[in-house]
Amino acid sequence: MTDTAVTDVPSEPSVKPTTDLGRIAADSASRRAKLELSEMVIRSENLDFFYDHSAQALFNVDIDVRRGQVVAFIGPSGCGKSTFLRTLNRMNDTIPNTRVEGLVKLDNVDIYSPDVDVVELRRRVGMVFQRPNPFPMSIYDNIAFGPRLHKKLSKSETDDLVEQCLRGAALWDETHDRLKSSALTLSGGQQQRLCIARALANDPEVLLLDEPCSALDPNSTAKIEDLIFELRGDYTIIIVTHNMQQAARVSDRTAFFLKGKLIEEDETTQIFTRPSHDETEAYITGRFG
Amino acid sequence: MSQAVDKMLKLRENPNPPDVRGGVGVFFSGGALSCVLVAAIALFSLLFWRGAQAFWPRPLTEWKMENGQVFLVEEFETKADGSIRARIANREFQPGRLDFVAEQPELIASRSNPENAVRVERAENGPFHGYLLSEGLGDTGATGLNVKRPNGEEVFLPGDSVLRVQYPNQMSFFDRVGTWLANLGRFIIEKPREANTEGGVLSPLVGTALMVFLMTLMVMPFGVLAAVYLNEYAKDSWFTHVCRVAVNNLAGVPSIVFGVFGLGFLIYGLGDTIDHVLFGVGEGDPSIFGNPGLLWASVTMALLTVPVVVVATEEGLRAVPREQRDGALALGATRWEMLSRVILPGAKPGILTGAILAISRAAGEVAPLMLTGVVGLEQELPINAEPPFIHLQERFMHLGFHIYSVGFQSPNVEASEPLVYATASLLLVLVISLNLVAIRWRTKVRRSLQGR
Ligand SMILES: Nc1ncnc2c1ncn2[C@@H]1O[C@H](COP(=O)(O)OP(=O)(O)OP(=O)(O)O)[C@@H](O)[C@H]1O
Ligand SMILES: [Mg+2]
Repeated sequence: MTDTAVTDVPSEPSVKPTTDLGRIAADSASRRAKLELSEMVIRSENLDFFYDHSAQALFNVDIDVRRGQVVAFIGPSGCGKSTFLRTLNRMNDTIPNTRVEGLVKLDNVDIYSPDVDVVELRRRVGMVFQRPNPFPMSIYDNIAFGPRLHKKLSKSETDDLVEQCLRGAALWDETHDRLKSSALTLSGGQQQRLCIARALANDPEVLLLDEPCSALDPNSTAKIEDLIFELRGDYTIIIVTHNMQQAARVSDRTAFFLKGKLIEEDETTQIFTRPSHDETEAYITGRFG
Repeated sequence: MSQAVDKMLKLRENPNPPDVRGGVGVFFSGGALSCVLVAAIALFSLLFWRGAQAFWPRPLTEWKMENGQVFLVEEFETKADGSIRARIANREFQPGRLDFVAEQPELIASRSNPENAVRVERAENGPFHGYLLSEGLGDTGATGLNVKRPNGEEVFLPGDSVLRVQYPNQMSFFDRVGTWLANLGRFIIEKPREANTEGGVLSPLVGTALMVFLMTLMVMPFGVLAAVYLNEYAKDSWFTHVCRVAVNNLAGVPSIVFGVFGLGFLIYGLGDTIDHVLFGVGEGDPSIFGNPGLLWASVTMALLTVPVVVVATEEGLRAVPREQRDGALALGATRWEMLSRVILPGAKPGILTGAILAISRAAGEVAPLMLTGVVGLEQELPINAEPPFIHLQERFMHLGFHIYSVGFQSPNVEASEPLVYATASLLLVLVISLNLVAIRWRTKVRRSLQGR
């Protein structure tokens, strides 16, 4: 990914997609209820991240995420979106020889401080991955997996929770008559919604979605987008996406990353109509990335 | 009609003849495969055919010899020099306790199959061939059978040594099949008799099963945990590298070396220490665990098979996709919860492969057992009604060693030869069916993992 890529695309027709995306963003913003400007859930300050002690993947990332919002992360491949997402629930801890510098706060508590329980953190900050990854067990057991780790539930409580989560992920109608069959018998789109339901079962505050639709067909993608719409307000959602229209449709705010740096973060409508940085404009108009 | 001919001609003039440039390779590789197949089929059919014959009730033939002797024999085969090999039985009455003879046909004046000829199976001296006169009392007052030897001499067979009386010459084909099945059943559920030349293989069968069972109990947890450590916990370093190389090399160590280790370290080292410390056995007292026995044989076998379990389990662990690990961790599972609830279940096919390989190897291996606890003849089963029910310190019998000891160390090699084939077949059936069961189980597990 180099800056030179900017040059070989004529700039004239590229204005159109910007306005298109701007319209989509404004459109969907108008259809959404206004959220009260609520308290901060996640804040990162001067965050640097290093792979293998040397390769720096994030530079000085500062961002605030408010409760109930949907935030989209966009940026060219390899710019560090996933890396940043994974610092928020400390999934990067599982990769050997990595190092974090700076602060990440969840509800004003530094999640990298030694007395933070990673298990509890990951319960509160759920994550859904790019490729659907249901466990090779029944649909029911997939949903109950998280709760069973964290608390003792009776059979009927578990039943209720499973139903509630599947309904929450708009999957109940398709699965209520085969909860005991393997989760791998579901279609890819259903599997991804199952993964979202599975994350919801932990009753998280924040949901991190790393390109949740990139392996799905348009139909399933639409379903997941509807779902994000539903979940907005109850959960804080951060979604990484390469699909500009998706970002414009589902998010309240959008953050643009480039080469490990957060270039800008603003209202989605703002980003897609009047971005304040040239790089952002170049990226969303498709001149590179 | 002519259409068919046309078609044939067309076929012959195939416009795209098959590419035959690989012909030599096909010829040799196909030939090699056929050789392997033929060898396998020959092995199986020889074993099973000869093994099955051991239980077939052969007719009794009366031989009137030119020199006036009379025998009642089971004819076995015609040897290369034309003589007929036959079992004359009645061992205690024959000069030199002869059981089998091989006679030239010219020396046999007449052969007949008397209807009323009996074959009496006995607990001692092998079978008796002759004619039944009556049930009666012997000199000592014990009940028994009054019988006539083929040469006319009347003798008394004490009842407590008589197991069964058969009239093989009166049997229909179905009677024979029934007897064959009964003999086969008895072979499996009876202990060996008469220095292993008669009776069944219950003791070696139980010994083998118990040893394999104990071995599995020991090797599976250790092998799986070792693999989990190597694959999940240890960082990739020269240490894990050395561990893997060592484990792989362990698999190549000749099995008798494990026997030597078992004897030298486990029995004389560990066993003696246990005797000393736990049981207070002093110098010169009979040792308990300082002897070869079931426990040490199983431990030795577990050592022998642990590499295959480690290797197969590691394979299975690697087959669990990274996404599933991440998924479990992201839901707040601890490392152990991720391992026990997602990874180990996902690695089950690999673990079962390890178990299959370990069990087949342990069931068939003999050499290390000869040093660590197997004996040719042991009256008591290692598992019985007497507390503590499983006698870990006792010596035991084993099918593999049984084949050797029956075939080559028995006092009556000819009588026991069919038993060698039968026992070998049984061992083969045992190993194959263990494998089939395990493979089906693995297929089921795989299916359920794939959601089918
Ligand atoms: N496990 C890892 N070890 C070393 N370097 C890594 C690792 N994962 C990612 N990187 C590097 O960190 C940088 C950021 O990667 P990251 O996966 O966060 O990008 P991304 O924005 O999510 O890209 P994409 O849109 O393709 O998913 C890249 O240069 C990548 O090569
Ligand atoms: Mg990514």
